[in-house]
Amino acid sequence: MALTSDPPSAVPLTKAPEAATATTVAAVPRASSAPAGLTVVPVRHPWRWVAVAATAVLLVQFAHGLVTNPGWEWDVFAAFFTTETILQAVWVTLQLTFHGTALGFAIGIVLAFMRLSANPFLRSVAFAYIWAFRSIPLIVQLLFWFNLAYLYKELSIGIPFGPSFLSFDTMGLVGEMSAAVLGLALHQAAYAAEIVRGGVLAVDEGQSEAAASLGIPRLRQLRRIVLPQAMRSILPNAANEIISLFKGTSIVSVMAIGELFYQVQVVYGRNGRVVPLLMVATAWYVLLTTALSVVQHYVERHYAKGSAR
Amino acid sequence: MSSAVTVSAATTVTEADTAKVEIRSVHKSFGTLHVLRGIDLDVRAGEVTVVLGPSGSGKSTLLRTINHLEKVDSGTVSVDGTLVGYRLSGNKLYELRERDILKQRTRIGFVFQNFHLFPHLTVLENIVEAPVSALKRPRKDAEAAARKLLDRVGLADKAEAYPKQLSGGQQQRVAIARALALEPGLLLFDEPTSALDPELVGEVLDVIKDLAASGTTMIVVTHEIGFAREVADTVVFMDEGRIVEQGPPGEVLDSPRHERTRAFLSKVL
Ligand SMILES: Nc1ncnc2c1ncn2[C@@H]1O[C@H](COP(=O)(O)OP(=O)(O)OP(=O)(O)O)[C@@H](O)[C@H]1O
Ligand SMILES: [Mg+2]
Repeated sequence: MALTSDPPSAVPLTKAPEAATATTVAAVPRASSAPAGLTVVPVRHPWRWVAVAATAVLLVQFAHGLVTNPGWEWDVFAAFFTTETILQAVWVTLQLTFHGTALGFAIGIVLAFMRLSANPFLRSVAFAYIWAFRSIPLIVQLLFWFNLAYLYKELSIGIPFGPSFLSFDTMGLVGEMSAAVLGLALHQAAYAAEIVRGGVLAVDEGQSEAAASLGIPRLRQLRRIVLPQAMRSILPNAANEIISLFKGTSIVSVMAIGELFYQVQVVYGRNGRVVPLLMVATAWYVLLTTALSVVQHYVERHYAKGSAR
Repeated sequence: MSSAVTVSAATTVTEADTAKVEIRSVHKSFGTLHVLRGIDLDVRAGEVTVVLGPSGSGKSTLLRTINHLEKVDSGTVSVDGTLVGYRLSGNKLYELRERDILKQRTRIGFVFQNFHLFPHLTVLENIVEAPVSALKRPRKDAEAAARKLLDRVGLADKAEAYPKQLSGGQQQRVAIARALALEPGLLLFDEPTSALDPELVGEVLDVIKDLAASGTTMIVVTHEIGFAREVADTVVFMDEGRIVEQGPPGEVLDSPRHERTRAFLSKVL
């Protein structure tokens, strides 16, 4: 019987002294309590309680293992969690995420409007870009960028097949870190473009029509009328992308850049404490993803202004 | 523009002093669907023209060509003696740049069937947006003017509300105030009460009647025959992309000359 006792219902019940009397509908007319004096008995869910109990047992066992199994080496975890090396690596990871996101979405917005434009050439170029960068695995692309200096010794700006006005030394221009940011951003741009385009398409056409009928300048229509409304469907997807880019920075470890995952590998390569150091990385990833989710919540609330939901 | 339309500039000038809107042999197709099949219409300043017609007859399309939301295939539309969307030079029509078209639209107010208020902006922000961004009015002045307009449409206390918090009738009155904020010389209404619950129709029609009484030039597409009878100076009946007949409401509504008009009226009355 204990398993079937449900939490008290929101409906003000008469003080039924026993469960037994509650099940028989008490027809005692008491105007002040339940409507027409009838006691409401909520539906009971015995199996739900069984499931809760089973899940709870498994969780407790897992937690017990985390605490008591010496293999986790929590002392090692604690020793490394906030060391200089790890903190610096976290900072590099955050920088990669920030720059990758900012540049990626900037390029993505341009691509989205190219795809939405009336010009077939711009549309095709954007389409081809998105097609290409969604097809190439990120890790392959990153290695390409890393080896850019091998392909192009110097970059120059000028007329194709004609004279050039400016030239840069590729190695100086594209350092390790910028190569990584560029790779992440170009990859991100392809996805961001589709997210932004989807968001813009989700805004009722009547909105830009109304804005056009009022003579509101074109850029202002986008910035003030269309994009803020598009943000509502862009944001959840964009947050997903940012979070996956944040974790995706661990791929950059193949380029020997000192981000979180690479640094952790270096440390456990030296001291052999693989599991606790993986836990250090995991804890940081979870912590920062949580922070991003909190930010997402508030940003979404800002853009929900004026909506009923 | 496929067909270079030849309009003698002389006619435009001579009629400009009386006509607010001149529509000359306007044709428009969507793909193979010929929606407007040679429309000619004059609307004089200060008058109210009500356009009636069955669904699909091209009423909305005609209205939308007047502020160039819809491009015509051939023919011309002019407002205040100026071509809409084009510039006539020699006997060629040059398409205007978007910026210039947007400027032209600030002189023409448009009220949509489904309001199309900006849901993320408050009522006041909705009204102030165009005067500030299109006419470069100082925000303070625009807000003061907007509050006066809200008072005029009976919504002085709703300035800070969001559109979703208003009834349909209130939203449409805000949309009218938003169109009026540009002080347009011409107002176009596309079935302004068709999306409203019956008991809310009256409050919107009252606002429009009020505007009519103050001498604003208006073209109103509607199915409200009572409104047409009361307010219209001219009633235009359209069917299958053509104007079948037009005249004072007493004539067109009470003794229509065409069989199609009679058939339509017998259905809606
Ligand atoms: N953008 C468009 N693309 C294709 N067809 C269109 C478009 N706009 C309108 N049409 C078609 O043109 C015809 C005339 O449409 P319009 O909206 O002008 O009719 P209406 O007289 O306003 O009808 P209603 O009373 O139903 O609003 C209809 O058959 C419609 O389907
Ligand atoms: Mg219509």
